[in-house]
Amino acid sequence: MLSLTVFLPLLAAALLAVPRLPARWVWVSAATADLALVVIMWLGYGGGTDSIGYEERLRWIPSVGAGYHVGVDGLSLPLIALTAVLFLACAIYSLTQEERPKSYAALFLFLQTVSTGLFAALDLLLFFVFFDLSIVGMYFVIVGWGHGDRARSALTFFLYTFLGSLALLLGFIGLYLGGEPRTFDIVDLTAAPPRAGALVLLAVGVGLAVKTPIVPFHTWLPPAHTDAPAAGSAILAGILLKMGTYGFARIAMPLLPGPWRQYAWVIVAVGVVSVLYGALVALAQQNVKRLIAYTSVNHMGYIVLALGAAGLAAGDEPARRLAVTGAVTQMVSHGLVTGALFLLTGLLWDRAHSYDLRRFGGIAATARTFTLMTVVAAFASLGLPGLSGFIAEFQIFAGVIGTGLPGAVVAGGLSVAGILITAALFLRVLQRAFLGAPGELRVSEARAYEVGSIAPLLALSLVIGIAPRWLLDLIEPFSAALVTWVSR
Amino acid sequence: MTLLAPLLPALPVVAGGALLLVRRAAPAVALLVAAVTVVQAVLAAVVRPALTFEVFTGYQAGLAVDGLSAVMVVTVAVIALAVLVFAAGEIHESEGRFFGLMLIFTGAMLLTVTATDLVLLLMAWEVMGAMSYALIGFRWRDPGRVRSGTLAFVTTRAGDLGLYLAAGGAVAGAHTLTLASLTTLNAPWLHLVTAGLVAAALGKSAQLPFSFWLSRAMAGPSPVSALLHSATMVAAGAYLLLRTAPVLAATGWAGPLVAWAGAATALLLGAVAVAQRDLKQLLAASTCAQLGFMVLAAGVPAVAGGTAQLVAHAAVKSLLFLGAGAWLSTLGTQRLAELRGAARRYPLVGVTFGIGALALAGLPPLSLWVTKDAVLAAVDDPVLSVVSLAAGALAAAYAAKALITVWLPAPEQRDAAPLGLLERLPLPPLALLAASLGILGLPALFDAWARLLGAPGPVPEAGELAWSGLLALAVVLLVIRARGAFGEIGVLTGWLRLEPLAVAAIWRPLTAAARALARFDDHVIDGAVRTVARAAKAAARIARSPFESGVDGLVRAAAGGVGRLGALARKPQTGQVHTYLAQATVAAAVLAIVIVLVR
Repeated sequence: MLSLTVFLPLLAAALLAVPRLPARWVWVSAATADLALVVIMWLGYGGGTDSIGYEERLRWIPSVGAGYHVGVDGLSLPLIALTAVLFLACAIYSLTQEERPKSYAALFLFLQTVSTGLFAALDLLLFFVFFDLSIVGMYFVIVGWGHGDRARSALTFFLYTFLGSLALLLGFIGLYLGGEPRTFDIVDLTAAPPRAGALVLLAVGVGLAVKTPIVPFHTWLPPAHTDAPAAGSAILAGILLKMGTYGFARIAMPLLPGPWRQYAWVIVAVGVVSVLYGALVALAQQNVKRLIAYTSVNHMGYIVLALGAAGLAAGDEPARRLAVTGAVTQMVSHGLVTGALFLLTGLLWDRAHSYDLRRFGGIAATARTFTLMTVVAAFASLGLPGLSGFIAEFQIFAGVIGTGLPGAVVAGGLSVAGILITAALFLRVLQRAFLGAPGELRVSEARAYEVGSIAPLLALSLVIGIAPRWLLDLIEPFSAALVTWVSR
Repeated sequence: MTLLAPLLPALPVVAGGALLLVRRAAPAVALLVAAVTVVQAVLAAVVRPALTFEVFTGYQAGLAVDGLSAVMVVTVAVIALAVLVFAAGEIHESEGRFFGLMLIFTGAMLLTVTATDLVLLLMAWEVMGAMSYALIGFRWRDPGRVRSGTLAFVTTRAGDLGLYLAAGGAVAGAHTLTLASLTTLNAPWLHLVTAGLVAAALGKSAQLPFSFWLSRAMAGPSPVSALLHSATMVAAGAYLLLRTAPVLAATGWAGPLVAWAGAATALLLGAVAVAQRDLKQLLAASTCAQLGFMVLAAGVPAVAGGTAQLVAHAAVKSLLFLGAGAWLSTLGTQRLAELRGAARRYPLVGVTFGIGALALAGLPPLSLWVTKDAVLAAVDDPVLSVVSLAAGALAAAYAAKALITVWLPAPEQRDAAPLGLLERLPLPPLALLAASLGILGLPALFDAWARLLGAPGPVPEAGELAWSGLLALAVVLLVIRARGAFGEIGVLTGWLRLEPLAVAAIWRPLTAAARALARFDDHVIDGAVRTVARAAKAAARIARSPFESGVDGLVRAAAGGVGRLGALARKPQTGQVHTYLAQATVAAAVLAIVIVLVR
């Protein structure tokens, strides 16, 4: 069942080789079928448990103890669901994509398999393979369908994140060598953490930090977003960035509990810097895509902060669980909201071929639904209650401060300021581009397929914001397990 | 009946959300929902529903209607209904959006005053802020109004951050998020939580130093001002402080701090109100000042008096703003100089506005006279007493200034539109409330009131009442003699210059820092990455020459040597038999010589 979910998109991509098949509809159907599978898995897995569901274990490279081992739990299932939702949204959004639709669809289907596979992987080598393939796929999306200085941005993206993945590979080898017995299996290594020190954490940490991205490894992100097509940006921000934060919670924390605890304060500090730095730099941007890219740095910073605080062994344990739950919720929320925001910027490019805030104005007059969706997405991103971002960020703040350690109170107090800066910058975007007097460039109303792809993401954010229990029931057992693992 | 607790705020919120999307028959739907909400609120005040549930594992949240909440929900529902009736007559553009936002705004306030924990409270609190943003910027084509909304939202959210800190402190100190548990906190968490609550409440209630956002909030349509200034938004801050008065008292420092913040706001913003030339700005500043008395009440503490003040003020201020709004829509102005004679032109508005203004002045026997004294009766500190009394005198001055201006004969007749029925309808009932709510001060009633709120407080004494009533009367008569023409001092008219100050002290440095960091990001951090890339390229060039070309040269030289040897070796291969015979002969001869020599 899980393997089918992982590889169904790839099968659909192979099907595209058949001539005269409507590529875009194959894509939408495959993405819909995949989402249906995920919903069935969700219902089947239920919640309230920290065991692994839909586990599959096959021999792959037994000589080094690497296997095809996949499964889902309270961390991976929400992210697999997010992947299915966001890729379906991108499929619908791309229904009118005219430029080489067949290879475009095939590339996205390939990326979907890679992303779902990564979140399902329970083996370090398998994880690494998917991790690297995601970089390859996104490179071709940017270079093939981007705009502006796309070749350069794509190359920067590829080289930078590929370099990061090499550090990650080094870290994985370190984990393998420290394991007793030697294995790449994440479950086995979680049960008996390898004897590995700070250097391994550094290698794994840098590898994941590039992908997340965390300050100062973030500068590949703004150009990659600016020059990527809207759907590519949505996947890059919504799914690919999560691979970094997912890696922290799946690999770095359970497999390296000692070093994680030892350097928890460093991680907390890095998180706070990312939060404030991302928010402040975003405030100064005039290009709306760069602006959203920097808010991603800010939002990922909250996750790092929370996961760092989870490693503060002296802190209150329920509070640390709260922080972890907040971090996982933030991964889902950011995927939905920032995915929607990037798809929305695609409308600006489609209509006016510009992302420059200063050239727009009074968009609400000509594009009511577009404005309404942007307002909801902006408020979701700035953490307004009633939308998913608040549920995530409230738990993170309450959890971090709730650990009761003076340093954590300071860290939480500083990063709370981040939500004020993001509020100011998003309201500034609305004020400049969407409200007020008409600007130089005109934007026409959102079309049905655009509404059909973006509105469901925002509706999901609203549902999580108002009634989050169905999601939290799934995540909380994992949070408890992770705090136990990291406290060993 | 527990269902009533969530239903009370949910009905307006859901209906408002539906109106935003569907936009059909918005005024009728809004009025129906508001009327049902009044019924629900009264019912809730009687049956006192309560509901608790687990919001995060191990953390309880809930909704409940206790004495204080009962008073609040009824006040909110009644004022909202009155304002919406007026709005149904006045607002004829984007009705779906307007009434949808107003309903969500009301629902959020109802949730704020019934939440029993910090999560739900914070959720409702911030949604209310967002709705005020959307309502202030309702006429979004005007950039100035949008900017006002942004400023109001960002300023109040700056205070809201305190609630996030308070929630963290509650988790750390009490392992729970319920409001009831806050009193059990110990230092240092008690202090952190209290500081957070106070910051959030002062921000929301537009107390010093946050007051300037309320001046900006005037950019919204009049019904928005009428609701925002009376029973919702600003009232939420005062409510939160009244609700947590025991927590404030437990800290030792928060009570006096809050009391002084309230008294200082009542005094200074009272002076600001006196100096205004614009009716809505005068009323806005007076809102800050009147809320100051409620904040003072929470600090002293005099919860019963403060709550009475809140309820009476809600009736008075919504009445005054609706009156100002009626003149704005008919006469097209809110400038005091141009409003002369407005009351004579529209006698119903004039009389009801007059009742509201006299109540605001603190004139006996009207409502605010009694409720304000119920607060002042609990003030022990003599300095604080004097400041509050002076603030009361200023209240009489600004109220009389508004009153005398609109009742003075008009210099010339201006064009004026008639006033619709819906706009007139809510004025008399509100005026009745504004006049009569003072009966709460009767000793027998006040005891019942205090018991209802579960907060005993001193009954206003007859002597004090007489003294403050006389003072108010004297000030009002003086102002009327002066015909309201006085007191325009630049600093005061400009709201103490608080907004330029905040912009210069916080916003400008922040944006400057942002720009500097953005340049740092482009040049230093990304520059370092580019340098690494350039260094790699340079290393590649060095590797090509001399290294790669050096190695390559050796390989080439070797290959060339081999080639030349090959060419040499090819020379004897002629394919001709006589050459081979000659070569064989020479070779045999050489071999023979070698053998001979070696032996």
